Amino acid sequence: MSLSAFAALLEGLLFTPARTAKLALLREWFATQPDPERGLGLAALTGELSFAAAKAGMIRELAAARTDPVLFALSYDYVGDLAETVALLWPEQRGGKASPPLVSEVVAGLAATPKPALPGLIAGWLDTLEAGARLALIKLVTGGLRVGASGRLAKVALAEWAGRPVEEVEEVWHGLEPPYLPLFAWLEGRGPRPDPGTAPVFRPPMLAHPLEEEDLAALDPRDWRAEWKWDGIRVQIAATPGGARIFSRSGEDITAAFPDIAEHLGFHAVLDGELLVLRGGEVAPFGDLQQRLNRRAVPPRLLRDYPAHVRLYDILFDGAEDLRALPTDARRARLEAWFARVSPQRMDLSPLIPFDTPEDLARIREGARAAAIEGLMLKRADAPYVAGRVKGLWWKWKRAPLTVDAVLMYAQRGHGKRSSVYSDYTFGLWRPDGAGGEELVPVGKAYSGYTDAELAWLDRWIREHTVARFGPVREVEKALVLEVAFDGVQRSSRHRSGLALRFPRIARLRADKPAAEADRIAALERWLPAEEGAAG
Amino acid sequence: MAPHPGTWLKVTPQGLYCEPGGFFVDPARPVPRAVLTHGHADHARAGHGAVLATAETLDILRTRHGEGAARVMQAAPCGRTLKHNGVRITLLPAGHVLGSAQVLLEWRGSRVLISGDYKRRPDPTCAPYEPAQADVFVTEATFALPVFRHPDAAGEVARLCASVARFPGRCHLLGAYALGKAQRMIALLRQAGWDRPIYLHGALQRLCDLYGRHGVALGELRPVPAPAKRGGTVLAGEIVIAPPSAEATPWARRLADPVVAVASGWMRVRQRAKARGVELPLVVSDHADWDELLATCAEVGAPEVWVTHGREDALIHALAQRGIRGRALHLVGRGEEGEAEAPEAADEAAAPDAPAPPVP
Repeated sequence: MSLSAFAALLEGLLFTPARTAKLALLREWFATQPDPERGLGLAALTGELSFAAAKAGMIRELAAARTDPVLFALSYDYVGDLAETVALLWPEQRGGKASPPLVSEVVAGLAATPKPALPGLIAGWLDTLEAGARLALIKLVTGGLRVGASGRLAKVALAEWAGRPVEEVEEVWHGLEPPYLPLFAWLEGRGPRPDPGTAPVFRPPMLAHPLEEEDLAALDPRDWRAEWKWDGIRVQIAATPGGARIFSRSGEDITAAFPDIAEHLGFHAVLDGELLVLRGGEVAPFGDLQQRLNRRAVPPRLLRDYPAHVRLYDILFDGAEDLRALPTDARRARLEAWFARVSPQRMDLSPLIPFDTPEDLARIREGARAAAIEGLMLKRADAPYVAGRVKGLWWKWKRAPLTVDAVLMYAQRGHGKRSSVYSDYTFGLWRPDGAGGEELVPVGKAYSGYTDAELAWLDRWIREHTVARFGPVREVEKALVLEVAFDGVQRSSRHRSGLALRFPRIARLRADKPAAEADRIAALERWLPAEEGAAG
Repeated sequence: MAPHPGTWLKVTPQGLYCEPGGFFVDPARPVPRAVLTHGHADHARAGHGAVLATAETLDILRTRHGEGAARVMQAAPCGRTLKHNGVRITLLPAGHVLGSAQVLLEWRGSRVLISGDYKRRPDPTCAPYEPAQADVFVTEATFALPVFRHPDAAGEVARLCASVARFPGRCHLLGAYALGKAQRMIALLRQAGWDRPIYLHGALQRLCDLYGRHGVALGELRPVPAPAKRGGTVLAGEIVIAPPSAEATPWARRLADPVVAVASGWMRVRQRAKARGVELPLVVSDHADWDELLATCAEVGAPEVWVTHGREDALIHALAQRGIRGRALHLVGRGEEGEAEAPEAADEAAAPDAPAPPVP
C-alpha cells in the first residue's frame, strides 16, 4: 500500500480524540497493510523511524520555485503551518500521475540519496500525491511527525489485533528493529516468538491501587512494608550484556534524555525506581525534573543545573537471574545486597519506613509535607513482582491534597463524548490590581474531579452565565466558586499568575460562597517549595 | 459606445444597486426592490418590498420567513430575459444550491454577470452552473486561496461510509448547512449506495421537504428519536445530519458516542478542523475552489472582475497576472452561513433536569 494509506491513518489518529478509536485505526492498519509497510508505518508513528533528511527550509524552497510569492505568503498567513501550506498549494499534476511511492520506497530512497539530489527526489514524490499524502510525506522527511500515538498505544493495538496480552508484546519489543518482520510473523502464527536474547527489554512494571480508608483498617502491619511515594517519574533500568536502557513506566525508551544516568549503567540488572532531580542530597520539585523530560539531546547546562538521580525500590533481575517470583522481602534483601556489591553511581535506595500500627501510618502520611513526597507506598511482604495493577498487593496512599477556593473564569467544551459539555474549567484567584482594587488572575485549568451530576450542573450554569464566546471557549460571569484540589504549586513563567498547580481537579462546587470570598493568590504562594529559586 | 458598468451598477451600503433599474442585488438590508441570487441568509434577507428570484429561491424564502418575507414575489425562470426600466435581467443557474442563480444585467449594450455564490462541480440537487460572457464579472471569492482545491466529493462521502463501517457502535453526526449542503450530502450518500434511513436534526426537516417538493429525491429521512430511557443513547451505526456545531448542544447527548463529521470546504485546512474538534473532516464545498474561480473568470471573459466577498486580495493578485483588472467591493454582511454556533433553542429540552446546586 502506498503513502496515501499511511496518510489516511495519520489523519485519523490526528483528529480522533478517543483512545479506543485510535486503537481501532491501528488494528485496521496492521490487519490490512502488507509487510514491510505496516511495520515501517508503525515505526514512524512511534518515533523509531525518525529521519530529519530534509529541513523545513528545503521544503519551503521547493514550494517557492513552483508558486507565486504573494500567493504563497497569503496562503501561509492563512494556514499558519509551513508544511501544511506547502502540502495544500503544491501545484497538482493534471492527469498522467505516476503512482505514489510506498512508505518503504520513501525510507529506502531517503537513505540512498545524496543530499544534493534530495530536493528533486522529494519534489518527484510530491507530484504523485494528493494533499493529505503530501503533508504526510513532508512531515515524514522533516521529522515532524507528531500524531499523538504513543509507543504504548501502538503496542496495545498490536496485542489487541493479535489477541495476545500486551505484556507478551512488551517482552519481545525492545529486541526488535523496524520493520519488525519477525514480530508480525509471530503474531500471525507464522513464525517463532522473537527471542529478545540479551537485549535490554522493557518489563511491564507492577502498579499500585489507591488506598481507601477502609482498606487501611484491614491492614495487618506485620504483612506490609511502607516506603515514601516519591514525586518523580517511575523508571525501569534494564542493563544487560546487550546494552542498557532507561524506560518510562509506559515503556518509552528515555535513555537519550538522561545521559548522566545512562553512563553509569555498566552493571547487569533490571531495576525499578523513581527518577528524580537531586541537588545537594535534596530532591528538587517535580518542575525541575520536567526540564529534563521529552528531550532527545540534553544541553550541558541542564545536566549541570538539573542533575538526575534514581531512587531504587525494587529489583527484577540480578544478572540473568529472574527475581520476579520472589516475595517482596526477599527481593528487597537482594536489592540491598546488589546495591552494596555494585555501588552504582547516581542511585540510592528508597528507605523502608518502620511502623507498628495503621495509625502510625496515618500520622507518617500526614507529616509528609516535603515537596518531593507524594505520600506513602504500601507493599505486601509476600507479593511477587507481577505486571500491571493487581489488587491487594501494592497500595498507594497519597497525602491529602491541598485546596483553594477559586473562581470559574472560562469554560471549554471537551472532546469526543464530552464535545457537547463544558467540561474544562479555567479558574482564577484574586490579587491586587495595582489601583486599590482586586482582579482575578487565572491560575490553572481542571477537567476532572467532578461527578456526572456536578458536570451537568456546571454545564448548565455556564450556558446561562456566558458573557463572551471565543470559539469553543466561553467566558462566564465571575460568580461561581470552585474548591480546587491539587498536589503542589510551582513558579511558572508560562502562566500570567507566575504559578502553576500540579494536577488540579475540582473537589467541590461552592455555589454557596460569594466570588469575592474566594482565595487570594497569596494562599497559593505559601505552598511554594521552600527551595524554589535554587535552580535559577 | 456602451457605458462602463461602473456608471450604472453602484456599490452602496445596502449592496449592489442597479441605478437605471432601481433595484438591488442581494441587498444586506430591506429595500423596495431586490433581485436575489439564492436562498442563503446572507444573500436573501426578509423585509424587501418586491423580490425577483427563481421559484425555488422564493419557496426557500417563504419557508424560512413565512409569507411576509417580501411584499411582492415574482418568480423568474432561468434563461428567460425580463425587462425592467430598460434593464434586461436574465437569471442563469449557478450550481450552488437549489434555485441558485447568477444575475446577468444588460443596459445599453453593457453586460454585467453577478455570480452570487457558485460552484462548478456536479451536484445532484441543483442545476449546473451555466457560463455566460460579460464586460464585468462580479464574483464571490470564498475560497480564493491556492490552498483551497476541493477533492472529489464522492471520495469524501466514501470516507464517511468507511468510518461508519469502522465504528459500527458509534453514531456519525454530520454537520452541514441546513440549505444546500445537507441535501447534497444526502443525495451523495444515496449515490454511494447508502440506502438506510438518514436521520435529521429538526432544523433540517423543512428544507429537506422543500427539496422533495421540487423533485429532488432524498430517500427515507427520519427525525432523530429520543432515547427510550433517560441517559440512554440512540442511532449507533447510523448517520445523523445536523446544522454545524449541533454537536456542541445538549441535543447531541442522545447520540451514541458520536463521531463528529463536518462537510465544508473549510475542512481542507486541518488546523481549522482540529480547532473545531472535528473528528472526521469532509472537504465538500458548494463554492468554487481556487482553480475554478480562475477558470470561471477566464470563461466569462470579462476584462474586469469585481470581487464581492471572501479572500479578494489573492484573487485580484492572480487576475492581474492574467491581465484582468480586479476590484474589491467589500460588501458588508456576507459570510459563511451557519458559522455561528447552532441555536440553543434547537436543544428541544434534551438536557436532563439539572440537579439542585450542590450543598457543600
